[in-house]
Amino acid sequence: MVELEQKLPCAGLLPLSIGKVTLEEVDLGQLCSLSPFGDASLLGAALEQHHGMALPQPGRMTGKAGARCIWFGRETWLLAGPVAYADLAQSAAVVDQSDGWASVALRGPGAVDVLARLVPVDLRESTFKRGHSARTMVQHMTASITRTGAQSFLILVFRSMAGTLVHDLKCAMEAVASRR
Amino acid sequence: MRINCPICGSRERREFYYQGAALARPAPDAGEAAWDDYMHLRDNPAGETRDMWCHEGGCGAWIVVTRNTVTHDVVSTALATDARTVLA
Repeated sequence: MVELEQKLPCAGLLPLSIGKVTLEEVDLGQLCSLSPFGDASLLGAALEQHHGMALPQPGRMTGKAGARCIWFGRETWLLAGPVAYADLAQSAAVVDQSDGWASVALRGPGAVDVLARLVPVDLRESTFKRGHSARTMVQHMTASITRTGAQSFLILVFRSMAGTLVHDLKCAMEAVASRR
Repeated sequence: MRINCPICGSRERREFYYQGAALARPAPDAGEAAWDDYMHLRDNPAGETRDMWCHEGGCGAWIVVTRNTVTHDVVSTALATDARTVLA
C-alpha cells in the first residue's frame, strides 16, 4: 500500500534567513472559514462558548498561537488551529479551508521594512499593532496579514501562490538586507 | 487615488476593481424605455459621478463611490448593501 505523505505548500522553499529577517512556514492546523447567517453575534457567542475566544472586529485577530480567529474579509472569519466545534454550523457556514492557504511567518527587526516594499498598507507598529489584521495585497496577490508580535507577521495567501510569495518576500528581504 | 473602504478604511486604488455606474434598478414593470436607459445609456460627466467598485484586494465588499472626474476627489463611499438608501 502506498504511504501518502502530507506536504505543506512551501515545502522545499523555506525556511529562509536573510540579514536579520527570517521567513518560515507555519502549520496553522485546521483552517475553517466562518460566514455567519445574518446576525454575527450568534456566531460570536458560540465561538466564545466553545473555543474561548471572541469574534474579532474587522481588522483584528483574537486568540493565541495554536488557536486563533482572524477577521478574513467582509462578514468572514478564519478559525485557525482547533477543529471547529459542530455547534458553530448553526449560526454560520463553516467551510474547511485547510488545504487552500499557504501561511508563513516573517520575523525580525526588518520585517516591517520588507513588507513596506510589497504591501500598500502602513504596517508600522504605530498604526498596525499586535492583533491587528488586514486583507490587502502582497505585490499582486491578495493576502491576509496579521501582526503577531513586535517584529513578527503572519501572512496567508492562496496555496497556489506559495512559490510566488516566497520569491517576492525573498527579493524584498535581500533588498532590505543590502541597505544595512 | 485612494478610496475609503467603509470596512477597511483608506486604501490604495490598486486594491479595487471598477465595475461601472451605480444606478438604481427600475421596477420590473417600469417599461422598455426605463430598462433601455438602465441597461445601455450612460452619461459621461465631467464632474461628480457615482460608480461601483469592488474591494477585491481587501475585504471583498462592493462599494458605491461618489467621486469627481475633474478633481479626482473621492467625495463619499458607502457599502453597496445599503444601495437602496444610497441610490434612492
